[in-house]
Amino acid sequence: MIYLAVATRTFRRYSTYRGATLAGAFTNSVFGVIYSFAYLALWEQRPDAGGYDAVDAVTFVWLGQALLMTVALWGGGTTDDLAERIRTGDIAVDLYRPVNLVGWYLAGDLGRAAYHLATRGLAPTLVGLALFDIAMPDSLANALAFALSIPLAVTVSFALRFLTSCTAFWLLDASGPRVLSGTLAIFFSGLMLPLVLFPGWLGELAHALPWAAMVQVPNDLWLGQGRSPLGALAFQAGWAAVLLGCCAVTLQAATRKVVVQGG
Amino acid sequence: MAEQIAGRAAPLTDPVRHYLDIAGLWVRAAWVYPASFLMLIVGSMVISGLDFVGLWIMFSTIDTLGGFGLAEIALLYGASGIGIGVADTLIGSVERIGVYVRTGRLDQMLTKPVPLLVQVCADQFTLRRLGRITQASVVFAWAAAYVDWTPSRVAVAVLMAISSTVIFFGLFVGFSCIQFWTTDSAEFANAFTYGGNTITQYPMTIFPRELTVSLTFVLPIAFVNWYPCLYLLGRDDPFGLPGWLQFCSPVAAAVTLGAALLAWRTGVRHYTSTGS
Repeated sequence: MIYLAVATRTFRRYSTYRGATLAGAFTNSVFGVIYSFAYLALWEQRPDAGGYDAVDAVTFVWLGQALLMTVALWGGGTTDDLAERIRTGDIAVDLYRPVNLVGWYLAGDLGRAAYHLATRGLAPTLVGLALFDIAMPDSLANALAFALSIPLAVTVSFALRFLTSCTAFWLLDASGPRVLSGTLAIFFSGLMLPLVLFPGWLGELAHALPWAAMVQVPNDLWLGQGRSPLGALAFQAGWAAVLLGCCAVTLQAATRKVVVQGG
Repeated sequence: MAEQIAGRAAPLTDPVRHYLDIAGLWVRAAWVYPASFLMLIVGSMVISGLDFVGLWIMFSTIDTLGGFGLAEIALLYGASGIGIGVADTLIGSVERIGVYVRTGRLDQMLTKPVPLLVQVCADQFTLRRLGRITQASVVFAWAAAYVDWTPSRVAVAVLMAISSTVIFFGLFVGFSCIQFWTTDSAEFANAFTYGGNTITQYPMTIFPRELTVSLTFVLPIAFVNWYPCLYLLGRDDPFGLPGWLQFCSPVAAAVTLGAALLAWRTGVRHYTSTGS
């Protein structure tokens, strides 16, 4: 199947940058240590803040560092290639291909995510396990739900990044929107601070937005907190479907523009 | 554009003027697309704003962190943010040294009659960090209202601003030099630059004593703001370390800068062109 072939080749492509992987895993671990001590100090003051205990909070930090690159919160991944190909006009070649363009790039991004999960997800987690008390999932069902939620988290993130890159069709340069989109993702995904600490309406809003599907929802599944496993997965799948639909519509509108410009 | 710079800058001798020349060109280049330029500045403000909202949410649930109140932590946060903001604006481009090595642009730069470090640091100069610096300054100014100012505290604060910038300058340059050996490990430096910024946003009391001692005597990141701020706040060292450390930030900055420049020289000497 073509999408599987795209995914495995993207996996291999990313695996050639060994120095970058090692440097990144090191950096994730350093930030994990810093945030762990910060959260431990916070939960020492308020031992039940947000319904988490101190062990949950530290677990949240390390899960977040493991998901940071896997989900590509800051941006990056195959959607960066897309933005560059729109800018240079190579996108015309992509549009000739007898495959669904969104599917093609999504398959590649899932391949990339698999590589980043196996390296930059696993390595900092081992560091966290060695240095701190980390909570494990209570039940097999929670662990399974967490495993299922990762590809869904990547898909939601991919769709938002795809839409961001598509702004290049109109702006030619997507670097401004990319920075903005990455910042919103860091803030509203729970990576900066667990969404359970967000007060009042801001908390409710943050829990309902698609960014919650990237870090907060998978982490809660691991910790056995928040929504029921099925509700959580449905929340992610719902946003994934809506956003992928937006990608298809946007691409259609953009394609018309490319044809008018002649590439 | 690079050729133009070399042609114009040749009669000059002062590296600072070279730097301003190149940086000015990049600012003018950014102005060619004023809409995009303004979007980047506004975007940077929004980013800094969200960063502050995060801090505010954290302190809406607690009163003190590691024995320090919000105003005291705001002082640490502001001082560190100004330091890294100014350093990142002035020389943040050095992070891309690996790309220059890989693409062979470093060869071009070596042929120009301007010091290599000046060229690398001024390349792609951007004012997008202005938002960060503004936000950190506002937070610092708010926190400063709670400080009991004396002439000696003003002096320590001024020295802190200069020293923290120089320390971050050293961290950016020093750890970017690793890219002379492994060109794809740019992210390694982030652990020390942005990691150093993150760690100094918190009082050292939330970390184990061994870590604080390491950040004092091995990698002098604690001198960015921790020791001078203890003096501004009139606090004794919570770890029982000697009080004179509170005046040592300029020394730490000089040592960091010296080590970074040494690493840079070693890196440039080690550099052999990719040949492509």
